[in-house]
Amino acid sequence: MAAGVAAWLPFARAAAIGWMPVANLPMPVAPAEKSKRQDELIILNVSGRRFQTWRNTLDRYPDTLLGSSEKEFFYNEETKEYFFDRDPDVFRSVLNFYRTGKLHYPRYECISSYDEELSFFGIVPEIIGDCCYEEYKDRKRENAERLMDDQEDNKDAKLPNMTFRETMWRAFENPHTSTMALVFYYVTGFFIAVSVITNVVETVPCGSVPNQKEVPCGERYTVAFFCMDTACVMIFTVEYLMRLFAAPSRYRFMRSVMSIIDVVAILPYYIGLVMTDNEDVSGAFVTLRVFRVFRIFKFSRHSQGLRILGYTLKSCASELGFLLFSLTMAIIIFATVMFYAEKGSTSSKFTSIPASFWYTIVTMTTLGYGDMVPKTIAGKIFGSICSLSGVLVIALPVPVIVSNFSRIYHQNQRADKRRAQKVQKARLARIRLSKKGSSTAFLHSKRNGLFNEVLELTHLPYKMNLSEQSSTEEEQQLSKSTSLLESQHHHLLHCLEKTTNHEFVDEQYYQQSYLEAGLQNYSSQSPSLSSQDGVTGTCCTRRSKKHHTPLPNASGPAHMPPLRHAHPRGLQELSTIHIQPLSTSRSSLNMRVDDAAPLNCQSSQITTAIISIPTPPVTTPEGDAHLPVGPAHQNVVKVSAL
Amino acid sequence: MLSAIWETEGLQTLGIVVLVFASIKLLHLLGLISFEEDSVEDELELSTVRHRPEGLQQLEAQTRFSRKELQILYRGFKNECPSGVVNEETFKDIYSQFFPQGDASTYAHFLFNAFDTDHNGSVSFEDFVMGLSILLRGTVQEKLNWAFNLYDINKDGYITKEEMLDIMKAIYDMMGKCTYPVLREETPRQHVEVFFQKMDKNKDGVVTIDEFIDCCQNDENIMRSMQLFESVL
Repeated sequence: MAAGVAAWLPFARAAAIGWMPVANLPMPVAPAEKSKRQDELIILNVSGRRFQTWRNTLDRYPDTLLGSSEKEFFYNEETKEYFFDRDPDVFRSVLNFYRTGKLHYPRYECISSYDEELSFFGIVPEIIGDCCYEEYKDRKRENAERLMDDQEDNKDAKLPNMTFRETMWRAFENPHTSTMALVFYYVTGFFIAVSVITNVVETVPCGSVPNQKEVPCGERYTVAFFCMDTACVMIFTVEYLMRLFAAPSRYRFMRSVMSIIDVVAILPYYIGLVMTDNEDVSGAFVTLRVFRVFRIFKFSRHSQGLRILGYTLKSCASELGFLLFSLTMAIIIFATVMFYAEKGSTSSKFTSIPASFWYTIVTMTTLGYGDMVPKTIAGKIFGSICSLSGVLVIALPVPVIVSNFSRIYHQNQRADKRRAQKVQKARLARIRLSKKGSSTAFLHSKRNGLFNEVLELTHLPYKMNLSEQSSTEEEQQLSKSTSLLESQHHHLLHCLEKTTNHEFVDEQYYQQSYLEAGLQNYSSQSPSLSSQDGVTGTCCTRRSKKHHTPLPNASGPAHMPPLRHAHPRGLQELSTIHIQPLSTSRSSLNMRVDDAAPLNCQSSQITTAIISIPTPPVTTPEGDAHLPVGPAHQNVVKVSAL
Repeated sequence: MLSAIWETEGLQTLGIVVLVFASIKLLHLLGLISFEEDSVEDELELSTVRHRPEGLQQLEAQTRFSRKELQILYRGFKNECPSGVVNEETFKDIYSQFFPQGDASTYAHFLFNAFDTDHNGSVSFEDFVMGLSILLRGTVQEKLNWAFNLYDINKDGYITKEEMLDIMKAIYDMMGKCTYPVLREETPRQHVEVFFQKMDKNKDGVVTIDEFIDCCQNDENIMRSMQLFESVL
C-alpha cells in the first residue's frame, strides 16, 4: 500500500460498511489502537537547519531510519529534537519523500553524496520517481565508469607470483608494462606495415621489358617479394602461437575477433605453399591473396581509435540497419518509377528495374556519375525528387552515429546498453516486488498477527495452554512491530475476505488449488472430517472444514491444516476435499450462523484453535493446497494423482 | 503506339500533380496557407478546478466530527488531491491502492456515486466529510440508509437483483484472481440469491428500504459489524 494514501485509510475502512449487509459471516475484530496518541510535531535538526513534520508523516515508511525506532538514537534530550549531522540540502529531498511519497533526485547534487545520504536514511534508490530516474541512472553510470577508469590505471603495479604464462599475456595486452613488451609491440607493428606496403607495391607496374607490356613489380622481382612475404608471415605465425600459448582461456581467445583476423591474414600464404602450380586452382589462389589485405586490421591492436570505431559501428547497429532499410525502400521505389518513366524514350539506358538501381543509388548519394541520365520530362521530375530525398534520407541517421561515436570515444564504454537493460529489469522487478509485498504482507500477518489478536482478545486461560508454544513471545513481539497502519489495512482486507467468503492466497497456491479443482468430483461432505474432535459448537463443525470457511479470529496457523502430506493414495482421497463451497449446503450453513450465539461461536472457535495446534499431522485424508503453516511444515502437497 | 504515348503522358501528369501537392503541403507547413479546419490546437486546457471548502465552524456544525478531527481529515484529503476535489479517476486510483490483488475500480465507481451526493462528477471535501460523518458517527439507521443508497445504483428506491449482482461482482472483483477457494462464475450470483432470500420478505423481486432496514436490524451479525468502525478516527 502506498503510504501516500495512508491518510485515506480511515475513509476506506469507513466505506467498508458498504459490505456489511452483504456479508454472511461475522466480521473480524478491529485492531485496537493501543495508545491513542495525538498527532505531534517532530523537530528534525539537520546540521542546524530545523525541519518540522508530523510524526505520522514519518511513520508512513517504517523500514527507513526516520520511520522506525532507529531515530531514537539521534534524540537530543535537552533540546527535545532529533539531531542529524548530515547535509541539509539532500535532507530536503529525503523529507519530501515522506511527505509526498515520491523521491526526487536534484540535478545539481553530486551522485555519490546523494547515494550516501539515501543509504544513511535507509531509503532504496530504486523508488526514485520516473521523472528523475533517467537522470539518476545516467549520472550513476558515468560515475561508475570514471571510477573504473581510475582503477584500471592503477592496475599496472606488477603482482608478484605470476606465472610465466600470465606475464606473457599481460605483456601482450598491455605493452607498457615492460620494455620487452614494448619492443615486441613495435616490431610487430613494423612488420604489419611492411607486409601491407609489400602487398600494395606488388601490383604497381614498374619498368617495362622492351617489346612486352608493363609488368607489375610483383612479377618482376618475384623472389624478393616472396622472401618479404615469408618473413612477415613467419613473424605473424610466431606471434599468433605465442598469444595462443599465453591466453588464459584458449577457447575464448580463438573465438575472439582479433585472433580470427590473424588467422585469416596468414592462411593464404600457407595455402599457397601447399597448392601446386595447377592452372585450375591458381585462379582460386589469386582470390585468396585478397585476404592478405586483412593484415591491415591487425593494426587495430595498436590503435585505440580503430577499436572505438569498431565499437561504435557495433553499438549503432540499429541505426545503421534503419539507414540501410530506408535506403533500400527508397531505391526500389525510385528505380521502379524511373524505369517506367524512361521506358518510352529511345536508346534509354534504363533497360530494367535492376539496371535503374545503379542510377538511383548514384543519385541519392549525390554522386551523379552521369553515365545514366533521364531524358523524358517525367524522368527528370522524378529524378530530381529522387536526389532531394536522397539527401534527406542519408542525412538523418548520420548524426546519430556521429554522436554515438563521440560518446563512446569520450567515455570509452563497452557493451553498455546490455547492462542498462538488466538494471532496468531489476528495477521493475523490485517495484513489482514491493507492490506484491503489500499483499504478501497481508498473508504473512494472517498467520502471525491475527493469532496474536486472538490471544489478546481472550486473555488467557488459553494463553497458558499455549505456553508450550515456544514462539508465543516472538509472536507477541511480531504484532507490535507491524505498525498500526498496517494492522488496520490488514483488518480491512480481512473484512473483505469475510464478506465474500473467499481468502486471499499466493499465486502458487492458487495454481495448485486450480489444478485440484480440475480433479475434483463433487461429493458430499465427508464424515471423516469429524476427526477434528473437540469441536462442539454447531457453528464450528463446518468451520473445521478448513478449506472453505476461513475463520474470523483464529484463522491463523490454527486452522490451516498442519496436515499436508504428500499422498500416495489416489483421487478418491482427494475427493473428500471440498474446494468449492457447495451452494445448497452453504445457505443452510449460513442460516445457522444467525442462530448460534456469537460469543459461543467465538469461544468454541478458539477452543478448536487451541486444540489443533499441539496435534500436528492428524491423519485426515486431506492434503490440499493451503497456506504454509510455519517452518515445521514446509512440504507442499503435490497432487500425486496427476 | 498510342498506349506508349499515354504511358509517358500519364506519368508526366502524375509527376506534375505530385509536385503541386508537395508544394501546397510545404506552404501549409510554413503557415502561409490555412485550410478551413478550425485550428483547435490553441485551445488551452481548462485550468484545474480549485475548490475551497466551507469554513471549519460550518462543517463542525454539519457533521459530527470535532474540530481536530476535521483538521486531520482535511490535511489527508488535500495531500492526495491538492486541487480540493476528487474526480472519479483519482478516486478509483486511491481506492485501488488498498486492494493490490484485485480490481477495485468498479466498486470505487459505485462508492464514488454514493459519496457524490449532488451528482456533479466530483467529490468535494464537504461531500467527503458528510459521508464519513454518517459512516463513522451516524446512527445505525443512517448507516443502513447509506448502505441502501450505495446498493441502489439508479437511486429509485428499490434494489433489484441486477443492481445487487453488479455490486456483488464489484466486491468479488476486489478479491482478484488468487483466492482460496477458487472464485467461480456463479459465486456472486449465489451470494445475491442468499441476500435476496434474506432480505426480500414479500418475495416481489426487489428490496425496498423498509425491508432492508427491518431485516438488517434483526440480524445480529450485521448490527455488530456496523459498530465495527466507530473508532476509526
